[in-house]
Order: sequence, then C-alpha cells, then structure tokens
Amino acid sequence: MMLNLSPNIADPDDFYAELINSQRDLDEEQALRMNARLILLLANHIGDRKVLTEAIGCARRGGG
Amino acid sequence: MTSYIYPKFGYRRSQEQAEGIVKRHPIVVIGAGPIGLTAALDCAARGQPVVVLDDNDTVSIGSRAVCYAKRPLEIWDRLGCAAPMVERGVSWNVGKVFFQDQLSYQFDLLPEADHQWPAMINLQQYHLEEMLVAQCRANPLIELRWKHRLISLKQAADYATLAVETPDGIFTMEAQWVIACDGANSDVRKMVGAEFTGQFFQDRFLIADVAMKADFPTERWFWFDPPFHPGQSVLLHRQADNIWRIDFQLGWEANPEEEKRPERVIPRIRAMLGEDTEFVLEWVSIYQFACRRIDNFRQGRVLFAGDAAHQVSPFGARGANTGVQDIDNLAWKLAMVLRGEASEALLDSYHEERAYAADDNILNSTRATDFITPKTKPSRYFRDAVLELARHHGFARPLVNSGRLSTPTPYVTSALNTPDHDAVPGGMRPGTNAADAPIAVDGKPAWFLHCLGDGFTVVAFGNVSDKIEIAVGPFAAKLILVGRDIEDPKGLLAQRYGASPGTTYLFRPDQYVAARWSGFDEAKITEAMLRASGHDIADRTELAA
Ligand SMILES: Cc1cc2nc3c(=O)[nH]c(=O)nc-3n(C[C@H](O)[C@H](O)[C@H](O)COP(=O)(O)OP(=O)(O)OC[C@H]3O[C@@H](n4cnc5c(N)ncnc54)[C@H](O)[C@@H]3O)c2cc1C
Repeated sequence: MMLNLSPNIADPDDFYAELINSQRDLDEEQALRMNARLILLLANHIGDRKVLTEAIGCARRGGG
Repeated sequence: MTSYIYPKFGYRRSQEQAEGIVKRHPIVVIGAGPIGLTAALDCAARGQPVVVLDDNDTVSIGSRAVCYAKRPLEIWDRLGCAAPMVERGVSWNVGKVFFQDQLSYQFDLLPEADHQWPAMINLQQYHLEEMLVAQCRANPLIELRWKHRLISLKQAADYATLAVETPDGIFTMEAQWVIACDGANSDVRKMVGAEFTGQFFQDRFLIADVAMKADFPTERWFWFDPPFHPGQSVLLHRQADNIWRIDFQLGWEANPEEEKRPERVIPRIRAMLGEDTEFVLEWVSIYQFACRRIDNFRQGRVLFAGDAAHQVSPFGARGANTGVQDIDNLAWKLAMVLRGEASEALLDSYHEERAYAADDNILNSTRATDFITPKTKPSRYFRDAVLELARHHGFARPLVNSGRLSTPTPYVTSALNTPDHDAVPGGMRPGTNAADAPIAVDGKPAWFLHCLGDGFTVVAFGNVSDKIEIAVGPFAAKLILVGRDIEDPKGLLAQRYGASPGTTYLFRPDQYVAARWSGFDEAKITEAMLRASGHDIADRTELAA
C-alpha cells in the first residue's frame, strides 16, 4: 500500500470542524499533548510501516 | 556506609619481577573486572595459560551492575560458575511501569519453559566478581596478579611489551596476545591510540543502594514523572541480601556533589518509600551515561573486550551482559590461533561479530535513553502520550521503553557462517546462539547445551552415520546423533531446531550455529567447519583434499 494522497474523507468540512472544535477549549500545551495522542492512535491504526515512513517524510518536507 | 566487607586479595611479587627476567606469556589480560575474570576462565577452559593484571586488589566498588541475563548465565555455566550466582542472586519476571500516580502497564518476562537458566537474575557486581575470582583461583592455568598496573604498552609484529608497576617498582613483561578489559576509561585504548566515539547523554542519575526490609515484591518498578520525584524517572530493583537499587533521574542542571550528600538523598528516598519504611543508605553515586564504541576491537596484538571496547547506558542492563559475550566469541578463536589451527585472520572476525553486536546494544540503549530522557518538548509530549495511552490500550504498551531485555545479537552477516541453502524451518539460522532444551542421556535428564563439546560439534537428527566424529585438517568435531547419543523425550529439541529426520547442525565452540542442512553430508560439514575457523577458499581446498 502507498500513502493515500487523494481525497479520502467523506465529509471534509464536517471532519475539519470536528478536529478544530475538539481543541477549542484547550490551552496550547493541552492541544499539543492531544495531537501527540492522536498521531499515535492514527499511526497504530494504519500500522503499515512503509505508509508511516512515507507520511512522516511527507509531513517533514512541509507537506510536498 | 556499606555493610558489605570488601575482600583484600593480596599483592604478591611475581617471580619474574623478583628475578628481573623478561618472560613472554601467551595471553595477558588487563583488568580483573567481570569481563577480565571471564576472559581468564574462558582462555583457561580452552587450555591456555593466562595472567591477569589488575591495578587494585579488591572487587568493584559501589553500585554498578545488577542484572544478568540468560545468555551470560549459560556462558558462566560453561565455565562452571553459574549455579552459585543464581543461588545467591534474586530471580524476577514481573516489571511494572508507572506514569505519575498510576500503573501504566506491567509486563512479565515470561521465560519460555524448559530452559535451565532464568531470563534474568539480580546480583550485586561485587558478589559476582567475588565468585569469578574464586573460580579463577581454583584454576591452575590462571594467575591473578593484584596491584599490577599497566603503565605502557608497545607492539612488535608478533608480541607486545608491557611495563607494569607494582608496590615493588616497575618491571617488563611480554605477551603474544593482550586482552584489554580495563574498563570504560581504558588506559590500553589510549596506549594503542584507538578512537572511542559516540554520544554522551545530557542527563545525570543518582544511583543509591539501600538496605531495607520492605514488602515490595521482587519486581522491577519504573516510574515516569512520579509525585515523589516530579518531571523525572525513578527505578527500583531488588538485589541480594535485602539491598535495593534506586535510580533517580536528576536532569542535566543537577549539581553532582550537592546531590550526593545524605541530607539530600535521604529525603528523596523517604518521599518515595513512605515515612514508615526504615532503610539504611549503603552507597550513593552520580553518573552521566554515554554510548560509545572503539573503532576496532582488534588493534594488532591487543584485543579489546567489555567496557574498554564499548560503553552503553545501563537501561536494559547490557554492559556486563554484552562484555561476557565478547569473551565467549574471542576465547575459542584466540586458542585456535595460539594452537596454530587457524590464522590470525580469524581474530578479525572477532571485531566483525562483536562490533556488530555492540552497535545493536548501543542502538537499543540509545533508544531507551531517548524515551526516558526526551530531548525536546514535542518528544516529551509523544513520550507522555505513549504512557497515557498505555494505561488504557494494549497498542501503546510495546512503545513504552524503560530498557529492553538484553538478548544475544545474532551474527547474521558474519563471514564465518555458511549461508542456508536448503529449507530448514525455524529461527536457528547460522549466526544464532544455540537454544537449550531438556534432553536425556542414558535415560537420565540432561541439558542440550551441556552436550556441546569444547570444539566444533555436529548434531544430526536420526541414525545418519556410524561415526563419532567428523575430522578435517586440525579439527575433529564431536558427532552427536539424536536417537543414538542423546534422546529428545519431549520433542522440544526437534521443535526448537525445526528438525526432521536428517536435519544436521554444525555448532561453533561458542555454541553458535555455523551451518545447518536438511540432510547429513560430510563434505558440506567439513567445508563449513573450515569456513567457521576463518580458512580461506585456498586453505579449505587444500585441507579438505
Ligand atoms: C549504575 C550502573 C548500573 C549497571 N547495571 C548493569 C546491569 O544491570 N547489567 C550489566 O550487564 N551491566 C551493568 N552495568 C555495566 C557494568 O558495570 C560494566 O559493563 C562492567 O563493569 C564492565 O566490566 P569490565 O570488566 O569491562 O570493566 P570494569 O568493571 O570497569 O573493570 C576494569 C578493571 O580494570 C582495572 N584497570 C583499569 N586500568 C588498569 C590498568 N592500567 N592496569 C591494570 N588494571 C587496570 C580496574 O581496576 C578494574 O578492575 C552498570 C553500570 C553502572 C555504572
């Protein structure tokens, strides 16, 4: 499997709102801690080491 | 402070110093720490006389190694001293990891059943060294020379000249081979000009041994960010004689001299153990840890082993554990070279195999240290996230790293291996240390590792030959047939070796698999034996002819 970089989320506006809203009442430190947990949860769900490496590389390059 | 009485081994002037004669010894070991003492025992076990020089006359002072893993115990068993260590030490299986005020998760080393030795024992380094010294003293091939400090070493093509300082002054010795086991600050390394590079961790640890009668279970407890020591980690471990080891992470800013004072240490421990627990401080020291290794384990006639060759942070208990395995790898090779059965090139495989293992240990120790001491705020958030998630979800538990159990590194890339050609199932690939298994000899229960010989051993499943040894050139491998010489009543040997009738293994003298085949073929065995002793293709053809 390769990192999927095409649209894959059914309701993008709704997802984005949910993500932002979930941190609305958190201070910066709490939000960063939550992000760390979220990354780990998602990474484990994906599991595929090659995909994770691709995603880490892609994020590190500034998304390009 | 300490209740342990340090033995004094006593200096004796050697005959060669008294007479002023320069004597050339086959093997001189520098340093009588756990690795130098093991080196002496293993060289002697392989028939070589050995002289050990140590600048001190007692055992390791203070709080050092605690945990010894199964493979070193197997090696010490081969050298006749594992049983008293296990008897004196404390065996444990359960580890608990706490985050803040809660249990994050717990693990069980769950040692596989049907092995002679436990996964891990805890024993103070001074007890361990005392046992090794006693074992050395009982061996007529070993001469321990205390208060003998090496002050210079010069190499010629086929020997080294050593200047040694004793209470009687300085004298000269020569050695065909030197095994440098003089610890992390090795003088010998400086004398030969070897590089020792790696990473120093920007952190300090307070290591305390305390005597107490507490009802803590015999488990390894590790806290991240506990209420009694906020922001840092703490480790509690049991040793023999009701002595407990406590490690407090202090951070880089801590002042070592200040932190060592009992006025500072006692309140820390009291906060941890509770007001009601009575304890007595045995020893306190402050360490900064590093992961480093020497550029080459062989520098001409000098072979480096133990901390002199590599240093690791102690999370995962790898220092002495891996040093003992250096010796396991080195002693048989050195004995073969000294007997003229193999060329010096065999000793280059010592570097190849053990530098590979050292790098693996350093990688593991560095990863554990990075988890325990996050270097940046974002990495600390990840670390804490792992610990929070681990409390509720199984997936995060394997990510928690407070030190991984030390296990042998297989020499998968070694030039001494004969690569697999046939499909023998199972994980006992060439370069792997032999798995033990319960067997029977003459109807009596026994252990498989005890049947492996001092030289090469061939083990075949089934009645494939009527020989008792396979010889080539200077070597004669003992041939063990499962069904003729040993029995496998539980079928565990066959299971652990993925064996069916005809399966054949060749073991090196250090009990590592050199080659394996699905059928018995003498020509292949002799070829593999010569390869495993470092003979090049030209030699192999000549010797096999
Ligand atoms: C806090 C702590 C915890 C540890 N926990 C563990 C653990 O749980 N498990 C584990 O396996 N390891 C552990 N280790 C590591 C372990 O202590 C070392 O790996 C081990 O002592 C190395 O043994 P060595 O024989 O190579 O060197 P050393 O023990 O350092 O011995 C070197 C010897 O050489 C002598 N010497 C030095 N220079 C000269 C000279 N010029 N001439 C003659 N003699 C000389 C010294 O006096 C000394 O006796 C721990 C270490 C520390 C600090």
